[in-house]
Amino acid sequence: MSLSMEGIRPHYPDYSNAPMQRHFSPYADNGGSVVAIAGDDFVVIGADTRLSAGFSIYTRDQNKLFPLSKTTVLGCAGCWCDTLTLTRILTSRMQMYQQEHNKTMSTVACAQMLSTMLYYKRFFPYYISNVLVGLDNEGKGCVYSYDPIGHCEKATYKAGGSAGALLQPLLDNQIGLKNMEIIGDSKLTIEKATNIIKDVFISAAERDIYTGDSVIINIITKEGIKDDKFELRKD
Amino acid sequence: MTSILCPEIPKPGFSFDNCQRNATLESKGFAVPKATKTGTTIVGIIYKDGVILGADTRATEDTTVADKNCEKIHFLAPNMYCCGAGTAADTEMTTQMISSKLELHRLFTNRVVRVCTANQMLKQYLFGYQGYIGAALILGGVDSTGPHLYSIYPHGSTDKLPYTTMGSGSLAAMAIFESRWKPDLTEEEGIQLIRDAIAAGIFNDLGSGSNVDVCVIRKGSVDYKRTYDEANKKGVRQASYRYPRGTTKVLDTKVFTVEETVHQLETESMDTA
Repeated sequence: MSLSMEGIRPHYPDYSNAPMQRHFSPYADNGGSVVAIAGDDFVVIGADTRLSAGFSIYTRDQNKLFPLSKTTVLGCAGCWCDTLTLTRILTSRMQMYQQEHNKTMSTVACAQMLSTMLYYKRFFPYYISNVLVGLDNEGKGCVYSYDPIGHCEKATYKAGGSAGALLQPLLDNQIGLKNMEIIGDSKLTIEKATNIIKDVFISAAERDIYTGDSVIINIITKEGIKDDKFELRKD
Repeated sequence: MTSILCPEIPKPGFSFDNCQRNATLESKGFAVPKATKTGTTIVGIIYKDGVILGADTRATEDTTVADKNCEKIHFLAPNMYCCGAGTAADTEMTTQMISSKLELHRLFTNRVVRVCTANQMLKQYLFGYQGYIGAALILGGVDSTGPHLYSIYPHGSTDKLPYTTMGSGSLAAMAIFESRWKPDLTEEEGIQLIRDAIAAGIFNDLGSGSNVDVCVIRKGSVDYKRTYDEANKKGVRQASYRYPRGTTKVLDTKVFTVEETVHQLETESMDTA
């Protein structure tokens, strides 16, 4: 007996011949923030030490600063596995340069190389926000910041990573001295830069769930790289 | 008739007026506003003389902290409190509404309302909305039949348990309970266990943070300990960020003189005719 159901095919997925798309995400966001401030003859860079994914913490003690030479340090935040790969290739490229030219790569050259290496992966990028700092050929402090596909911008201060958008306006005001009528003529010292980095990380840990535990700070002068550590809240 | 003196009273229940419009906007690629979720740790246990509830105080909006010290233990009745996790507005409004219903029930029956009544009201309400009201609750209280503890899920299912945890930090907190909870804990032991369970959530779950709130419910008395423990101390700033007077640019100044006129009203004698 045929009823009005005739001609209507139920859509059972098992019998469908339609093409199916499988989805895989090759990226993870492991969080973390990087802040860098350059002065006349020094540069200070800080990164928090929390490595996390989703709502869980992988470790509270992960250094995200990578010294590439005696005058150059790279800070990375974002996908940790990409960071590991990128920094591994970067250090080997530094070594190749050293052995070929018999001299250490300058910060400026290193900044250009990083940009090229990121753009090389234009259509499968390293998911990292990079901040490269160092002393340039005149010994002046400099900061280079990157987007994940190699756009490079030279600056005197930069906040990157999960709390980057939170901290950049604060640096604009305190370091860039923006939006103020009365500006004191005090010069930026290493102490002042270090203190501001510590303070902005305290603020970031208050509001960003991916920033916390502690900050590792590298102070780069012509004498070399000095380490500093500072505790943050752990919740 | 609608006027300022007599505003139109809206119909009870939710308004679905804009649903069709919003669906159209969404299909055209318009972003839907996000609700505040309290990625939370909430816990409850039964101890020797009653029930103890605990909660953290962080409310998150995606990856930023929206509120550093919010209240997640809500009042239901003098003998009943309720911890809420999930969508902040839903937990707040659901507990408020049930609280008012329980008070009417108490006045109607002239008895202290039983915890199972509150549980039934909550689960029926949540089931009616098929999980669209995103409230995950821990209900605790003491009535004529003793202490009771329930966990209530957004879809309307409930569990009656001697110890329970909920929210994104529930696994961290349950780990503490599974290793240390036992029947007939003293009040002191119970509070310590609750603190440790919440602290486990605060430190190991990124959705939970800040302070520990505790609420002890005994037969005939309640002890609500807001900020029982400050699990995290805020960092001390190195520098001062005070701006000298005149830092902000004044773009334009206009001075208006306000003219005051005083009207003397003559007293009118009352109509006694």
